[in-house]
Amino acid sequence: MKRALAYLPVLVVVIIGAFAYWGLQGGRNPAEIPSALISKPVPEFALEGIEGVASPGLATADLKTGELTLVNVFASWCVPCRAEHAVLTRMTATQDLRLVGINYKDRADDARAWLEELGNPYLAIGHDFSGRAGIEWGVSGVPETFIVDASGTIVHRFTGPIVGDGQRRFQEALDKVMAGS
Amino acid sequence: MKWIALVFMLLASPVWAVEPDEILDDPVLEERAREISANVRCVVCQNEPIDSSNAGVARDLRLLVRERLVAGDSNDEVYDFLVARYGDYVLFKPPFKPSTYALWLAPIFIIGVGGLAVFMMLFRARRTATRVPSDLTDEEQKALDAIRAAQKKDLP
Repeated sequence: MKRALAYLPVLVVVIIGAFAYWGLQGGRNPAEIPSALISKPVPEFALEGIEGVASPGLATADLKTGELTLVNVFASWCVPCRAEHAVLTRMTATQDLRLVGINYKDRADDARAWLEELGNPYLAIGHDFSGRAGIEWGVSGVPETFIVDASGTIVHRFTGPIVGDGQRRFQEALDKVMAGS
Repeated sequence: MKWIALVFMLLASPVWAVEPDEILDDPVLEERAREISANVRCVVCQNEPIDSSNAGVARDLRLLVRERLVAGDSNDEVYDFLVARYGDYVLFKPPFKPSTYALWLAPIFIIGVGGLAVFMMLFRARRTATRVPSDLTDEEQKALDAIRAAQKKDLP
């Protein structure tokens, strides 16, 4: 008993050391917020389209069509979205993907000009001027992209722009979802 | 000059993120809104409550909290509403549930173990202090006891 007790400090040091080692690992982003919506059905929301843009608005029912859908939250004022936009456009061109957008806290004029300049890869875009639908989706900032499966369940949430390493990680997650479905 | 500086210093008030147009007319509801806001983490700035954050989302959430309160929600209902969308992460005080038992109980456990260890050490120290191991034989011990007894009797 006494003998075992003598090793207790060593055990404590090992446990603390293990936590410290885990904390120092690269690739772990402490600022990343785990999403509460994973494996939950898409939230209830209904958004009008952007005035002057051909794409229709977006509502909950549009995500329960029996097809996998990417929901991209973007804004014209968001600089990383600009970089991401090219990647998303390319992805929709080369892969069979259903991409819809939520235009977050953006003026219709600005959003329209942005889409005219860069192109519009979205099948539908909900204009979320107040940011209320964004709250329903648990959005903390743009860009954010959700993968919604055929039944309308959120299976993945990606924060930040889908470019470079982010693109690789997003594609991995997408391939995994597609392989599973 | 000094006086002017003083006047301005007295006029200065702490900067609140809560803007005048957000404040509710009902002081009781407003008080509750402030209380809730202080416990809800801003999801952008992360270490700041929405009550003192200037981020756009924080403002939206403050307005949302007030809207829910006006609609008649209890404080817990408002928290539940936020947790359903942003997870436990938005709460500065994590709830007590199976996945957080370790978080809540670990300090009590650690202090308990430490306290027990200290208690045992003190207890043992006292026992060893009172019972000094002696090399005396039984006869010598008896003689010593007799001398001590005799000395005790002599004392007033």
